[in-house]
Amino acid sequence: MATLTVYSAPSAVVPTTGFWTRARKAGATFLGLGVVAAVLFGLLAKSGGDARFTFTLTITGSHLDIPGRPGAIGFGLACAVAGALLLVFGRSGRLLVVLTSLALAFLVLSFLCWQASVGRNSNALPLGQLAQATVKAALPLIFGAIAGVLCERSGVINVAIEGQLLTGAFAGALFGSIFASTWAGLIAAALGGLFIAALLAVLAIRYLVDQVVLGVVLNLFALGLTGFVFTQLMAPHQDEYNFTKVFPTWSVPGLSDIPILGPALFQGTIFLYMAIVLVIVVHFGLFYTRWGLRTRAVGEHPTAADTVGIRVLWTRYRNVLIAGVVAGIGGAFLVLGDVGNFNANQTNGKGFIALAALIFGRWSPVGATLAALLFGFTTALAQQLDSIGSSIPHEFLSMLPYVATIVAVAGLVGRVRAPAADGQPYLKG
Amino acid sequence: MTEPAGGTSPEKSAGDEAELAREQKATAPDLVPANDPEVATEAAAPATDHGDGPRHAAEPASPGFGRMVLDNIYSANTVTVTILAFLLSLVVGAVLIVLSNSDLAGEYGYFFSAPGTVLGDSWTAISEAYANLFKGAVFDPATISGAIDGTNSWSQAFAPISETLTYTAPLIFTGLAVALAFRGGLFNIGAQGQAIMGAICGAVVGFAVHLPYGLHLIAALLGALAGGALWAAIVGLLKARAGAHEVIVTIMLNNVALLFLGWLINQKGVHDPARSDAISKNVLKTAQLPTIPGVDHSVVRVHLGIVVGVLVAAGVAWLLTRSTIGFELRAVGANPAAARTAGMSVGRTYVLVMLLSGALGGLGGAMMVLGTTASSLTGQVTANIGFDGITVALLGRGKPWGVVASALLFGALHAGGNRMQSYSHIAIDLVIVVQAVIVIFIAAPALVKAIFRLRAARTSGTPTSLAKGW
Repeated sequence: MATLTVYSAPSAVVPTTGFWTRARKAGATFLGLGVVAAVLFGLLAKSGGDARFTFTLTITGSHLDIPGRPGAIGFGLACAVAGALLLVFGRSGRLLVVLTSLALAFLVLSFLCWQASVGRNSNALPLGQLAQATVKAALPLIFGAIAGVLCERSGVINVAIEGQLLTGAFAGALFGSIFASTWAGLIAAALGGLFIAALLAVLAIRYLVDQVVLGVVLNLFALGLTGFVFTQLMAPHQDEYNFTKVFPTWSVPGLSDIPILGPALFQGTIFLYMAIVLVIVVHFGLFYTRWGLRTRAVGEHPTAADTVGIRVLWTRYRNVLIAGVVAGIGGAFLVLGDVGNFNANQTNGKGFIALAALIFGRWSPVGATLAALLFGFTTALAQQLDSIGSSIPHEFLSMLPYVATIVAVAGLVGRVRAPAADGQPYLKG
Repeated sequence: MTEPAGGTSPEKSAGDEAELAREQKATAPDLVPANDPEVATEAAAPATDHGDGPRHAAEPASPGFGRMVLDNIYSANTVTVTILAFLLSLVVGAVLIVLSNSDLAGEYGYFFSAPGTVLGDSWTAISEAYANLFKGAVFDPATISGAIDGTNSWSQAFAPISETLTYTAPLIFTGLAVALAFRGGLFNIGAQGQAIMGAICGAVVGFAVHLPYGLHLIAALLGALAGGALWAAIVGLLKARAGAHEVIVTIMLNNVALLFLGWLINQKGVHDPARSDAISKNVLKTAQLPTIPGVDHSVVRVHLGIVVGVLVAAGVAWLLTRSTIGFELRAVGANPAAARTAGMSVGRTYVLVMLLSGALGGLGGAMMVLGTTASSLTGQVTANIGFDGITVALLGRGKPWGVVASALLFGALHAGGNRMQSYSHIAIDLVIVVQAVIVIFIAAPALVKAIFRLRAARTSGTPTSLAKGW
């Protein structure tokens, strides 16, 4: 991963003290979890029942049947084996990533074999739909997390992602309805995100307000503002002010027919394609262009950047404002790409999950996107299991993304290193 | 921060000079408006003090008392900034009231043909809304005169202030929870989740256990305290052990707590069998916070919680300034590295801070379910007290008595907002905007100073940072 390891190199390297390296700890955990999964899920799974995984958007079509109990036990043991390998090798690097991903996948499959075999409504899990729902749930998180990357790489903490998403959704619904145009809504949403970002930029950079506090208060401000106008204006006149068309779904011919991943990546609204382009552009921009180098320099060591003639404050203003536009568009997805109307507190904490994805993804665009997809997956999984009639109460299924976030932030990430100057106002001289 | 290479140092010194010149220029205009009040006091002084005036003039070195007061008002000290921030937030609220009023929006279409009418109507809308805000929060003159005439009871005259105090009580606890964590260097956004867990534990003890009066209430409060404390301890442990950032963990735990509450109230033994909706059994009378005896508690709802809140605030103030624990907590909050060097266990202190903070948050939840606001668990039982606690703590600048004062202000805004919503049809969300704007201005004293052209306060240094970055 391309990170700057110039100034505080000691804290950047993963602590490898003694026998218990991070890989070994992860290995031991997965070994234990795998064995527990094999025993517990194996016992709970129905012995005669099959778990059917279809590769399409529906429960019919090409599919794979796995017997419930042997499947749960087998995948649980596979997870344990992956954990054991990690424990034996105990090295960081590519192996850690591969084996961790495999162990996680096996653990999830073991869990799914159990759940699908005992489903009250159905025994079939449509993987294509799961993938599509994953991407859909992850989209606002991706926009939010990329907004966070843009902001924080230049040294401004962005806790106001939630407020930017919310204002974007709100402006998208209001102006999309007034002008009866989805494009007008999209532009308004971008300006809505920009508005909160402008407040963040001026107060953080010019008036040196504590940035975490500022973000929390701006979220509150956005919540109050949008809630107020919603209750006063939009709720009583839904047809006039809160009823917008949504963007059409575009499919890429051919590619969208790929099993499982086709519909997820090549069949969606404009927001899907914008997100894909955004991630690629920001990744290359950040690590391979002059703008990216300057942004990272300002975020790591503004004094040094200033010395070589980079305009620190200007760079920060520009990045925070771009981030606002990105987050505003992400908010617009919730309205213009999905339901077509706005509700008070529609984002419901998505901005904070995006923030967690940003940290989990270690302030890199690709990492943050993968983290967002992970949280999207847990959300989609909870919905799917609910619909096949899982025995787990749906409140607990809905806890999945949040618990996964905590586990991710506490267990897998460990002590992450933010850009060195993140949250520190820059005073010239 | 190293000195830049030699070639740039002249530029730097030139920059310093420019800085100096700018400072002088900046202070100069401030002196001008300050002169007027001085003249005014000097002119007024002889009239009242009978000949003290000339002596003042003879001793310019020691400014008079009036001058000192005015100086303090003109300088950007804490009180001035707070009051101005409040006024500014009301201005922002007024703008929103006008903008969201569809009748007024129509009139602004032909603003230039009749500006007087439009502005007059706007003023009516704003003043009526804020009058209702005041009447709902402090007192309504009509009920006072009514009580004197005997047309309504005295309890109705005291109802608004009692509403304010009822809303204040939980905010004191959640505000203290956030403030205490601030002082220990943690940003506890999880007061909401801790309040939910506190409300759950308090309510369960309240309806599942049978105890005599007094003892039962104490047991329920202790249950709430333990529930909040243990829930928050997870955050402290994860922070201390795994380095997980408390902002993320607390936000996630808020959601988990809310979902858990939603699940719990539908379970057998908790759900009220007489009801079909999602609501728990009622807390027994023995576990409820007592109201003022002999007064109709449906009108004057204020309960013992506000007294407990003030006492707990005093306790927290003592803890922070007079105890060893408080010293360690502040030391870790100010500089963890230095605290570690001094032999304090930073991780242990984090856990302790979160335990104490969660206990306070849990008690805040208890105020909602053991008081007069509700007597059973519902999905919305703790309303928004945890998130409001953050703004209360920020407005109170992390100091216990500051928290009490700002909780009172926010309680008043909430109570008044209710009346404003039902009488003037202004959504109570306006109160959230007002609260947010107050805190934004409080957090940016430089902005308030710039708007009102105040001079820098003599004691004001760099603004103290409450929360730490990542």
